[in-house]
Amino acid sequence: MHRLEILFRLAWRNLWRNHRRTLIMLMAVVLGTWAMIFMTALMRGMVTDVVKDGISALPGHVQVHHPDYRDDPSVANLIAVSDADLSARFNAAGFVKWATRVRVPAVITSEYDSRGVTLLGVDPEYERDLTFVDYDSVSGRFLESADDSGIVIGKKLAETLNTKVGKRIVLMSQDPDNDIADRGFRVVGMFEANIKAFEENYVFAGKTTVQKMLRIGDQVSELVVLGGDYRDVEAEYNKTVELIDGSGEVKRWFELDPYLGSMLGVMDGFVLVWIIVIFLALSFGLVNTLVMAVFERVREIGLMLALGMRPINILGQIVVESSLLLAIGLAIGTGLSWASVQPIKDGIDISIVGDGLDMWGMSSVLYPELLLSDVILANVVVLVLGFLASLSPAWRAANYEPIEAITKV
Amino acid sequence: MNLVFRLAWRNLWRHPRRTWLTTGAMVFSNTLLVFMIALQFGMYDLMIDNTLQAFTGHLQIQAPGYKDDQKMRQTVADIVPLAESLRAELTTASIAARGTAFALVSSEERSYGIAVFGVEPEFESNVSTIPGLISKGRFLGASDAAEIIIGAALARNLRVDLGDELTLLGSGRDGSFAAAVVNIVGIFDSGVADFDRSMTEIPLGLFQDVFYMNGSGHHVVFDAGGIDGVAELQSRVGSLLPPGQDLVVHDWDALQPGLKQAIKADMSSAFFMYGILVILVAFSVLNTQLMSVLERTHEFGIVMSLGLTPGRLGRLVLLETAIMGALGLILGAILGGVITFWLGIRGFAYPGMEELAAKFNLPARFFPQVSAMTLLIGPAVVFLFTLLAAVYPALRLHRLHPVEAMRAV
Repeated sequence: MHRLEILFRLAWRNLWRNHRRTLIMLMAVVLGTWAMIFMTALMRGMVTDVVKDGISALPGHVQVHHPDYRDDPSVANLIAVSDADLSARFNAAGFVKWATRVRVPAVITSEYDSRGVTLLGVDPEYERDLTFVDYDSVSGRFLESADDSGIVIGKKLAETLNTKVGKRIVLMSQDPDNDIADRGFRVVGMFEANIKAFEENYVFAGKTTVQKMLRIGDQVSELVVLGGDYRDVEAEYNKTVELIDGSGEVKRWFELDPYLGSMLGVMDGFVLVWIIVIFLALSFGLVNTLVMAVFERVREIGLMLALGMRPINILGQIVVESSLLLAIGLAIGTGLSWASVQPIKDGIDISIVGDGLDMWGMSSVLYPELLLSDVILANVVVLVLGFLASLSPAWRAANYEPIEAITKV
Repeated sequence: MNLVFRLAWRNLWRHPRRTWLTTGAMVFSNTLLVFMIALQFGMYDLMIDNTLQAFTGHLQIQAPGYKDDQKMRQTVADIVPLAESLRAELTTASIAARGTAFALVSSEERSYGIAVFGVEPEFESNVSTIPGLISKGRFLGASDAAEIIIGAALARNLRVDLGDELTLLGSGRDGSFAAAVVNIVGIFDSGVADFDRSMTEIPLGLFQDVFYMNGSGHHVVFDAGGIDGVAELQSRVGSLLPPGQDLVVHDWDALQPGLKQAIKADMSSAFFMYGILVILVAFSVLNTQLMSVLERTHEFGIVMSLGLTPGRLGRLVLLETAIMGALGLILGAILGGVITFWLGIRGFAYPGMEELAAKFNLPARFFPQVSAMTLLIGPAVVFLFTLLAAVYPALRLHRLHPVEAMRAV
């Protein structure tokens, strides 16, 4: 114990003998650490944003469909169990955020133009937490009940169709027998979405109304469940599988959208690569600093050896010196990255490249996400690899021949 | 000069380990920069080419406002003769006229709302890759034949095959009811189900009949071969537009505003990372050069008392750094070039990248290309920063007093 204390004290004093060199190296470590963590926080924020928006478009962390629905999203592929039966099962199970929907392709026609859209027949009561539409900011109103006879469309779509709240439009789709199913709706609300494409692609109508229009009785296309954390949906998944009991295909969000699913994995890999690259760039300077420190002290290391200090302690001294340097740099760098995330915590506006971000499925406000796990990863990687990098110069120092070292000029 | 160079060279190799470590930091980041920049810019070019050549083209003539509203009534009058005269004037075949409408496409069993494009069968293959993606059957023939080509995923969903009939239902230019029965003559397969599901093509003549276009269409599409000649072509096309008709020429950036911005967003985050890497190398150099100046205090004192000016000594230090930087530049460029070249033959892939790449019309395996620009730009910047880092140690020499310096151990 006492020996360890001496080792630390020696290493600490040695560190500050050439304070200029130590400070420069320290600055490099601080900058490197800051860049590792800050950049990672920004990238995490981006990915979370993409994934969250993506999930809100899907939406739902766990979804149930007819097994053929995903390749063929038509009215012919409905969940075998009736909506009433599903509701009974899921309400009894105590799920809070879940909903059933009719989701079919349709053509919407105004007196001026027509467009292909995805028609969502929803029950507004269940949908509030699930959809990307904020009920309160809809101009006009959102649907009021499952048998509401109105329709809510995106602002962009309304412009294209030259229609507005209060006007009538016609929806055309098919019933299960492939007869044309059409119905006139009055536009009761227009929504805005983070991602402009949603405004063009989705229209909302009452679930019961849509079921009547499509002549599908009490059946629905999908059931969606929202869990607490999108990263861990296993509990919801298992429970849903149990409740559905084989009468539909149950999928997690990352299986439904491989782009989103692979995004998280790629990002994890990328964070690690980024941290290691930065460390490697640092390591040259670190090893260099240690080589210099050892070189300057050849005589005194020889003297210590001659006086009986064991080589392992010389090695320890150098390694502790490098670890102290890294630890200080990591502490300051981590603190700095935390501090630089604070002022932009509520989002940075990056709308100058908004359309490009749309392509990625991102909105134009970026929220950095500082994850404890990333901070720990960066710190551990630097400390462990830094320890390994300092072994070589320390090893050399420990193996000096005392007489030769003392007489060296 | 020769003498100074020799001095600088010898000084560098007083501490070969230190010099190699510092050079190693440069080689490392130069190699990385060469590879990353080649990958990045190659990817951008591919992204632009694949996205534009698939369908959009480099330039389009449209009615004013059509780009944003895409209303049926915003037409280009007499579009076929216009495209014909442009092909004659510009002596190129890579110009084709198109019309766009949305319709409910129905087979015996299924119906989908989808975009229907009217294209000139004999010229479309010059401005789009879709005719080349036909995997079954053939591309469209005569301009007024009742034919259609659809995507493989859509064919599967509609449960149809070659030779089957489809019904189109939509609204014409004047808002009246438009309907047609067409024969499937070809099925294209782009490999991306969503793209295949997003559009169908029929001959332009038929399109004009069915949708009451009265000889008009919506876009004249140009393929400029690459993005370099686009600006020039745009101004030439602008001067060739028929007088009296209100038309605009949009370039690819206006047509696909996401593309350039997606590249910009990606570039800014990449440059941030490169910047960090370069600064870390600069720190490493600063440390080395400061040490090498400080340890020579005694020797510098002597030569100064012999009459050497601090300015000349400073130039010596800068020259040492420049030699080291040049070494790093050459080795890094060679190593980076070799790695990039090798990956250019073998192909580069990152686990999980497939899904991400598909989103941006990129292949899963990527072949970076070496060019003088990608080979030198990164290392040149590193070289510059290396020199900048040596300025402080060089300037410190001015603070040296010969007598005091000579006394330094």
